Amino acid sequence: MSADVAVVGFAQSPCRVREDATTSGVEMLVPIFAEVFRACGLTRRDIGFWCSGSSDYLAGRAFSFVSAVDAIGAVPPAMESHVEMDAAWALYEAWAKVLTGEAEIALAYGFGKSSGAELRRVLALQLDPYLVAPLWPDSVSVAALQARLGLEAGRWTEKDMAEVAARSRAEARSNPDAQVSGSVTAAELLARPYVAEPLRAHDCAPVGDGAAVVIIASAARARELCERPAWISGFAHQVDSGSLGARDLLAVPSAAGAASAARAGSVELAELHAPFSHQELLLREALGLGEDVAVNPSGGALCGNPMFAAGLARIGLAARAVMSGRASRALGHATSGPALQQNLVCVLSGEAS
Amino acid sequence: MSQPLAESAPLRAPLEIEFDYTRSLGPVLSQFMAALAERRILGARGADGRVHAPPFEYDPMTAEPARELTDVGPEGTVISWSWMPDPLAGQPLAEPFAWALIRLDGADTAMLHAVDAGSAAAMRTGLRVRPRWAARPAGGIRDIACFEPCDGPAGAAAGAATAQDIGTERTPGMTITPVRLRYLHTASPGESAYLRGLAAGRLLGQRCGVCGQVYVPTRGTCPADGVTMTEEVELPESGTVTTFCIVNVGYPGQRVTPPYVAAAVLLDGADIAFQHLVLGCDASEVRMGLRVRAVWGEAGGISHFTPTSEPDALYETYARSL
Repeated sequence: MSADVAVVGFAQSPCRVREDATTSGVEMLVPIFAEVFRACGLTRRDIGFWCSGSSDYLAGRAFSFVSAVDAIGAVPPAMESHVEMDAAWALYEAWAKVLTGEAEIALAYGFGKSSGAELRRVLALQLDPYLVAPLWPDSVSVAALQARLGLEAGRWTEKDMAEVAARSRAEARSNPDAQVSGSVTAAELLARPYVAEPLRAHDCAPVGDGAAVVIIASAARARELCERPAWISGFAHQVDSGSLGARDLLAVPSAAGAASAARAGSVELAELHAPFSHQELLLREALGLGEDVAVNPSGGALCGNPMFAAGLARIGLAARAVMSGRASRALGHATSGPALQQNLVCVLSGEAS
Repeated sequence: MSQPLAESAPLRAPLEIEFDYTRSLGPVLSQFMAALAERRILGARGADGRVHAPPFEYDPMTAEPARELTDVGPEGTVISWSWMPDPLAGQPLAEPFAWALIRLDGADTAMLHAVDAGSAAAMRTGLRVRPRWAARPAGGIRDIACFEPCDGPAGAAAGAATAQDIGTERTPGMTITPVRLRYLHTASPGESAYLRGLAAGRLLGQRCGVCGQVYVPTRGTCPADGVTMTEEVELPESGTVTTFCIVNVGYPGQRVTPPYVAAAVLLDGADIAFQHLVLGCDASEVRMGLRVRAVWGEAGGISHFTPTSEPDALYETYARSL
């Protein structure tokens, strides 16, 4: 049943610090909507359901996503929804709408202006509001606690982490949307100072602004919109306990569970949403990705992590690999919450079921 | 001829947001916070016998309620840590410190808090730590000011500042968390042009190239068509009240004494009304169709609108903009 829906289009804005962009996302969204409509031969009136992912805390104002609706042109009224999460979860809602027959073509979009605030501090507000958030533990420090647990358990070394960063930057050289790219060795990276020991700057995703959009369609429409649709063969998300000190931070059961529920099996390519270098290592293991899988050929979130869009972009990039024929089976992953608390897996295939 | 929008950089300004979250604690955390005021730390024993500290209300694995609350610590052992060289606003210490996951003695899970170790070199996994209590309990997790190494000297009563920072005395069953966020807010190109126009005593709008509607303020993108608008339109300072409400409720920071009128004003030549104050007459005199004009403030911008002596506009002239 799930293969009855396919990704038919994807676009993203370059991830940059955008001094001219507002937190409503409109300036970043209008061009990528135009790009994806052009590629699919659609107009906005063909979209039966719209769903966005963004955050008021990041925007610094209430109901900020309502302003973004300017970009979709909501006259006559559109069927529209929103999640206060990465837009990968908006895509999940859109997928359910198409599966249930409420829409034939649906569009999910995400946007975040991460540079308008002190991102690592804003993200403290996603923590337990009674026992943790009042201390303002920032997202980088929390990730660093997880990284050290793995270092001291012998699961990885700082060199392993630097190698993830170096490989990601090398891959990103062919990705014009990446914020960070280049040729650098792990040894060079390890000579640089800590920002939150044991994390160095290269271990942490850069702060950048961006947006992404994915269009999905029912089987009846997908083939006419796209020569080689990326069929969604599995789509699932799971969450682990919100209590950081009560869960095993070196296991990611929600990622493994989501991959199992999505019947991920073997894939040729995976785009993982790992905002910290050690998290790519954790996710490779949790998702059972072997050495033969091409992981993050885009450079991944370490080379561009527009908040609330980066997870959706992972799915879009995995779908693009299928649509272009570079892969027959690919996996897109998104994460949300501190230290990989919540995980989503979308499996894309060149073959309908 | 006005200056094209694109030639000016967007306006930017700091935006600071402050609010307090006041939360009720529920049965388990009420006891936990009450114990903190007595300088004790409670954990919750689950059905499997494991003790979670801080306590859960429902076991994350079994969803069973806590069997009992039991004293743990107050000393504990660091199981992971990271170093914060430049503490951020609101964090427990202003000087460099460690974040740590601390397993309190008698507990099976860890608690996240700050450790005042002085330097990263003094931190290690396995370090024994004890709480440094706030001088004045406020009923929250910050009644533990931070942790400190057991083998070091006791820290000064730095916790006093923490309690003052929270700014409230303890209310049993409640906790108050102040939130302060700072942004550098960027106005859109359209908003920037509008604001610059106001400063120069002009009212600027934009016409959509697709539907032809004139929007004021300028907003960059036509919300009906989703396209970027480029044609600028200067509008007169006269208009019509399309609809209105009378504000009778007071609130902190209110600049006008109720009752007063907030109205949708359709400027002559615009298709979309915008909201503003209508002052200069009794609130009961404001009506749909009332003709008004802008009154400019001394600091630039429109202070409010006020009635003119013109006859009311015919309903048909503004019906489509309601």
